[in-house]
Amino acid sequence: MDPYLIPALDGVAYGLLLFVVAAGLVLSFGVAGILNLAHGTLYAIGAYVAAWLADGGWAAVPLALVAGVAGATAAGTALAGLLTPVKRGDHLTQALLTFGLALAGGSLLVSAFGPEDLPVRVPAALDRPIDLAGHSYAAYRLVFIVVAAVIAVGLYLALTRTRAGMLVRAAVDDPQMVACLGVNPTRVRVGVLAVSGALAGLAGVLGAPIIGPGPSTAATVLLLSLVVVVLGGLNSVVGTLVAALAVGEIQTLGVALLPTAAPFLLYAAMALILAARARGLLRRWSTA
Amino acid sequence: MKWLVLLPAVALAVAVPWLVDDYTTATLSRLLVLGLVGVSVALLTGVTGLPTLGQTAPFAAGAYAAAQVGLHEVGGPPVQLLAAAGVGAAFALLTAALVVYARGVVVLMITLAIGELAITVASRWKAATGGTDGLIATAAFDSDRARYLYALAVVGVVVTLVLLALRSPAGLLLRASRDDEARMRASGHPVTAYLAGAYVAAGAIAGAGGALLVTTQQYVSPADFSFDTAALLLLGVVIGGAGSMLGAVAGTALVFAARDWLSGLLPGHAPLLLGALFVLTAYLLPRGVAGFDWRRIGRRDRAASPRAVRRANQEA
Repeated sequence: MDPYLIPALDGVAYGLLLFVVAAGLVLSFGVAGILNLAHGTLYAIGAYVAAWLADGGWAAVPLALVAGVAGATAAGTALAGLLTPVKRGDHLTQALLTFGLALAGGSLLVSAFGPEDLPVRVPAALDRPIDLAGHSYAAYRLVFIVVAAVIAVGLYLALTRTRAGMLVRAAVDDPQMVACLGVNPTRVRVGVLAVSGALAGLAGVLGAPIIGPGPSTAATVLLLSLVVVVLGGLNSVVGTLVAALAVGEIQTLGVALLPTAAPFLLYAAMALILAARARGLLRRWSTA
Repeated sequence: MKWLVLLPAVALAVAVPWLVDDYTTATLSRLLVLGLVGVSVALLTGVTGLPTLGQTAPFAAGAYAAAQVGLHEVGGPPVQLLAAAGVGAAFALLTAALVVYARGVVVLMITLAIGELAITVASRWKAATGGTDGLIATAAFDSDRARYLYALAVVGVVVTLVLLALRSPAGLLLRASRDDEARMRASGHPVTAYLAGAYVAAGAIAGAGGALLVTTQQYVSPADFSFDTAALLLLGVVIGGAGSMLGAVAGTALVFAARDWLSGLLPGHAPLLLGALFVLTAYLLPRGVAGFDWRRIGRRDRAASPRAVRRANQEA
């Protein structure tokens, strides 16, 4: 077990990062019914901002957080505005539109920040290995695990304990009834996409040292978080968390244990889950 | 009236390799191949109502099967074509259970995952695919012109077969299942089996497209089947009118030609303009896109659908 401690811990960090990204995707899909293929680009915005602002000092951290989250939130809100003329339920138009925006946005990011993968500097105090049960481990990742876990708990509490969270859950279960109760569906949709963008931007800023900014970042993040969404179902935060951690472990511990089979493990697990509940998936998702 | 347009178009398509240089001929062959894959996407997205981002998977399976058949000297292009169509159909049969129970955006997600899995396998299974280096296929014809004419003939035959099939009761059953699934089920039709049949047929067509890719391009690598290709195929099919097979060939060819032209014209900025093309299509063709959305069927479709169901019942 001992040699696998580090990959397993990496898997937790990776999984929690995917959870924060995928939670945004689940929100926009579950509440607004939008398959947002530009979600990875929102993450990339946060990651690029982090790489641009971070200079190894502590002051850059809150600055990057504010700028990255604000940028991604604004992009998410703009996305909601562009999607307004598209009818709810017209998934194909939504997919084309969001994919087009992802292509264009990715191109703009590359022309602004260059075609190379950018290095990200974390605060000097965290940029060193620390001793962990006889192994050295990057301090930043440990801090990241703690911060991401706090975000996960906060998200769970926000969804289950606050009025806004109640509204979100109600909109997943029965959007017509929510509209009948006098809640403006457009406002719910814009709000959800803004929050979804904020989560992606937050993940981008915090996760930039783990999945760094580069031309392929958006696609990588989008595909991994789509896998998480498919594996985790749609109606529960816990399901998404478990799926995200599983994907994280497959990507890190899986590679350490079974180097040749690991690339297939992820999609094989997904195919198995889909096959096992082919009908269940339909029932569950037809309500969303 | 339709023939007056179609006959000169066919004559022009046959004459084209004598009118342009070899490079353009080779480019047109590649566009024809992608047009054929576009037909399989249109069959699923427009006719069957299963919007797909995963037809690159049977496309890839067919291409590698054809390349292997060629490399082992089992047979020439026709044998490769049949083998590739068979492998594409077999691939679709294996994955059908994942796709045919889902509807709408879930199909998009599942097919996207199937396409990604296919690329992963293609870049890792070095013995069969040559990994990311790809495979250089054995040359089948000695000129670009011959390769183009072969591709044109195959695409022509397959599109004709698909059009005939769609005019038969089978096509009627598919359209009726798309328009009013509940009523079809109530009438005792095994809708899921129809969808699975269409999915396997689309897999065979995409597989055949793979064989043509190998013949015309003489090289195959995972880059031919990327997510971008899948999204551009879907865009081309939507521009072509989704339910129309000839429209799918034209739309797909147009989109890929635009991509190649833009990346030559403005190196580095092609994605920006291509993205703008996606956005414009989404805004300018709402009717074309909504025309095959099974939940929000346009007024014309709704008027047609009970008749389609009735006729399907009489035929069955």
